[in-house]
Amino acid sequence: MSTLAANAPDAAGSGLADVAASEASLRRFLHGLPGVDQVGLEARAASLGTRSIKTTAKARAIDLAISMIDLTTLEGADTVGKVRSLCIKGRNPDPTDPSTPQVAAICVYPDMVATAKATLAGTPIQVASVATAFPAGRAALPVKLADTADAVAAGADEIDMVIDRGAFLSGRYLSVFEEITAVKEACKRPDGTAAHLKVIFETGELQTYDNVRRASWLAMLAGADFIKTSTGKVAVNATPPVTLLMLEAVRDFRAATGVQIGVKPAGGIKTTKDAMKYLVMVNETLGDDWLSPHWFRFGASSLLNDLLMQRQKLTTGRYSGPDYVTVD
Amino acid sequence: MSDITLRLDVLKTYKLYVGGKFPRSESGRVYEVTDSKGQWLGNAPLGTRKDTRDAVLAARAAVKGWSGATAYNRGQVLYRVAEMLQGRREQFAAEVAAAEGVAVKKAAALVDAAIDRWVWYAGWTDKIAQIAGSSNPVAGPFFNLSTPEPSGVIGVVAPQTGYGHSLLGLVEVIAPAIAAGNTVVVAAAADAPMPALSLGEVLATSDLPGGVVNIISGKTADIAPTLATHQDVNGLDLAGAIAAEGPGAAAALEAGAADTLKRVVRPALDPSAQDWTAAPGTERLLSFLETKTVWHPMGI
Amino acid sequence: MAKNKKIEEPVAAAPKTGLFEYAPAPESPAAAGDIATSYGHFIGGEFVDSSGNEALKTVNPATEQVLAEFAHGTEEDVDRAVAAARRAFADWSALPGSERAKYLFRIARIIQERSRELAVLESIDNGKPIRETRDVDLPLVAAHFFYYAGWADKLDFAGYGANPRPLGVAGQVIPWNFPLLMLAWKIAPALATGNTVVLKPAETTPLTALRFAEICRQAGLPKGVVNIVTGDGRTGAALTAHPDVNKVAFTGSTPVGRAIAKQLAGSRKKLSLELGGKAANIVFDDAPIDQAVEGIVNGIFFNQGHVCCAGSRLLVQESIQDELLDALKRRMDTLRVGDPLDKNTDIGAINSAAQLARITELTAAGEAEGAERWSPSCDLPGTGFWFRPTLFTGVSQAHRIAREEIFGPVLSVLTFRTPAEAVEKANNTPYGLSAGIWTEKGSRILWTASRLRAGVVWANTFNKFDPTSPFGGYKESGYGREGGRHGLEAYLDV
Repeated sequence: MSTLAANAPDAAGSGLADVAASEASLRRFLHGLPGVDQVGLEARAASLGTRSIKTTAKARAIDLAISMIDLTTLEGADTVGKVRSLCIKGRNPDPTDPSTPQVAAICVYPDMVATAKATLAGTPIQVASVATAFPAGRAALPVKLADTADAVAAGADEIDMVIDRGAFLSGRYLSVFEEITAVKEACKRPDGTAAHLKVIFETGELQTYDNVRRASWLAMLAGADFIKTSTGKVAVNATPPVTLLMLEAVRDFRAATGVQIGVKPAGGIKTTKDAMKYLVMVNETLGDDWLSPHWFRFGASSLLNDLLMQRQKLTTGRYSGPDYVTVD
Repeated sequence: MSDITLRLDVLKTYKLYVGGKFPRSESGRVYEVTDSKGQWLGNAPLGTRKDTRDAVLAARAAVKGWSGATAYNRGQVLYRVAEMLQGRREQFAAEVAAAEGVAVKKAAALVDAAIDRWVWYAGWTDKIAQIAGSSNPVAGPFFNLSTPEPSGVIGVVAPQTGYGHSLLGLVEVIAPAIAAGNTVVVAAAADAPMPALSLGEVLATSDLPGGVVNIISGKTADIAPTLATHQDVNGLDLAGAIAAEGPGAAAALEAGAADTLKRVVRPALDPSAQDWTAAPGTERLLSFLETKTVWHPMGI
Repeated sequence: MAKNKKIEEPVAAAPKTGLFEYAPAPESPAAAGDIATSYGHFIGGEFVDSSGNEALKTVNPATEQVLAEFAHGTEEDVDRAVAAARRAFADWSALPGSERAKYLFRIARIIQERSRELAVLESIDNGKPIRETRDVDLPLVAAHFFYYAGWADKLDFAGYGANPRPLGVAGQVIPWNFPLLMLAWKIAPALATGNTVVLKPAETTPLTALRFAEICRQAGLPKGVVNIVTGDGRTGAALTAHPDVNKVAFTGSTPVGRAIAKQLAGSRKKLSLELGGKAANIVFDDAPIDQAVEGIVNGIFFNQGHVCCAGSRLLVQESIQDELLDALKRRMDTLRVGDPLDKNTDIGAINSAAQLARITELTAAGEAEGAERWSPSCDLPGTGFWFRPTLFTGVSQAHRIAREEIFGPVLSVLTFRTPAEAVEKANNTPYGLSAGIWTEKGSRILWTASRLRAGVVWANTFNKFDPTSPFGGYKESGYGREGGRHGLEAYLDV
């Protein structure tokens, strides 16, 4: 039996309620989604990448991008000190300019959640924790659920889970679906609220865009609040076309169900120019409804400083350099 | 002296060849055909504009099947034409001799050449795409292929002059067009239509689907302009448009063809000097082809 | 040449409001280089005055500002140009192919070097967005010269027999929709094969051709190999009629192509024609929908729809009609219409008042005949020639907007139920230039492609061009091919 996920309301009349009733029905549904032509998708993403964002638009976009960052440290070498300093950076990205917006969230491993939470107390900045045996996801389900519950108990506002790519690629979609619904359950807090769930596909491992579209629908049906491209730990992370495809998926999902889902590209987004391209994609695919940290995030670490340098350039008219932004 | 013989020859009633059948002209009229010395050879149907229109309808109806047949199959059919022609070599030698005023022995050589010309084109059907097509290395992730396709219905003004025009020249304007998958309506040489009308009988017994070749005898000035201006004709071979002026002149026919932008093969600069025994090359084979280029992205 | 003047900026449209509205990102008009106040012809390697007094004006269609005056080519001008080309022919055709190749490579390189200048100039004179001149036109122009440069010394291997001979003097008449690209399509193969040319650019877009003349001089091209005579249809007719022209190449409308074919009847000039189209873009129910929507948009709104191979008839399978049209309208809502020099503009200005009037007339006919009209609610600039991207639904094959070439940003939507019906409707036109197919099923693509009577079939893509890829039409879309090995044939005596 499968759990009917919150994102597939019968009431919306979407006809999607029974999609996950069985492995066969889920498979039929996912394989019935329209195909994705790789060349066409990549051409569209490249074309949006040629938009020229200047002056006032650029200033607006830089601030928007900063406010959408999930400032991330996910290293084996992470320490309390490292996480603290990252949190302080997120609260006050540019000490020379208090008008600089704060980031959306700090993203850490579960054992660092408490540290991050304490350092960010009193700010609106969210603490996001990766979970479910991140990044490989190769652990038994109870371990993954315990990992998740531990992070939630430590105060995580958001959980970034990884799907079981092995199960997905071998066609066991229902298994992936049920794992997401189980993690979603583990995100619940005793007070009845729940941590927001971001579902990471590791698109670099899914290989085809058809798979990315299927994974997107699968995760959204299973209850994801956000769909996220990558862990940042494999060779190919977020790319403009894969993100564009996921933006199209959340657009179509809302049209079908009325439920709005967020998107988070992560990994490899390092420059202001990169960030502008992603914001252009959001703007022209989804519009204003998604142009907020509630619905779009960047999973990134070095991106912030490049945005800050560009911000300083716009403010002062001079090009900035790495010594004029903080290294944390 | 008596001209009563012991046995009277049975003369053939020459008929048009349209849609695989042998109708008389709708005009109900014939005209006298004589040999080069003015001797009466027979009566040929006086094909009209309406006969020509019917032939275009038949040719159009045959396009789908003939252009859709495999190149291998078309080659087999063309080779079958050669076989059938071989079997009637003597008859055609006599008709060519009468039509062109050459000795029977020379005429027989011209018939042999005509047979061989069918064989030549029979072997071409499944090679045209390989010499006229191409794979195009475009600067992008696309599979890009150009292939030749037949233009459709071709109007042919059959050769009226030049050495070997009456049969070999006729074959040289029909065979390449149909080898490529077109269907044709032929305005037979007005003064020497017998080989053409007899060829229709050969084609009818050669597995060639009805309507692929249609042969109309009559006045070039009636038939050719009808073909040139017919909106459902895609190409025009003016090999036999030898009139200096009037509606059957090449310039007038070409101007008529311009209205629907037909593909036109112009007559030789001096048609009377044309030697139809010359090696044909590929010009006519490639003249009534359209190149279609198909793009498709390559992705996973 | 007289001093250049300041290029006026279009009166901006009121911007759409949104959280992330793009600020204007204008390319500098000054990058177009000096535009003279008046131009003569380019004959025998020199810029010369016309024998007549009549001057025409070329305007920036985005502002209606007169950019320059240029000469109306008289019969005498044409005669001088043909004579110059004839004089140059003997030496040019006798030059080793490897040397002709190097001239063409030089030209290609100079075009690359000056591509920004040419892109801006093309945008100003034509009205098309800088994004397209920069990313499509100019790269293809340079690529075309590179491609044919390489053929010049390899003609023995082109499949036209040993040592194929050039025809002589080529008279070439080109349209206004891709001024420099059409010039490249004409001049590059002609020169590679050893012909000399007299080219007449369109009367609304002469400037890049005249700038190309400067490039010929920079490249050291022998005098008279390329001659440019400006003017309107009268000049074109004089050129195609000239008795010493051996080859005529024309790209433009089917009625003019027909007239040229008539004019040339009996002349023995070789003729190639690339004419109008009314392409069907067929979308099956299993199409990759998002890419299909992009392909439809690119098919009809690219270059303001001023494209002979535009996908102007959308044939959509009835079962996905609503879904597809919703997606298409949503996408059309994001199209940015306005200042062609703004780097974010998707749809620029209509090339001329006359073309705008024709589009307006045909769309009015569409409404009068009962088709349902829709456009996104975009604002248009105050001056200049503009037309909103427009969609007609409920169109039948009998409507004028389904049969006549509109040559503007207007899409007619028709439906079909079965693949056979789609093919039948797609082919039901005297034109046959291009077609599109959208389906994820490979065998259906090949089945459909083999049945479409069109010279270019784009499957799961649209409006792609490449110098190696033959382009040209079936039926009344013309004859002869441009591009690829096939493109050589039009300029060889074979």
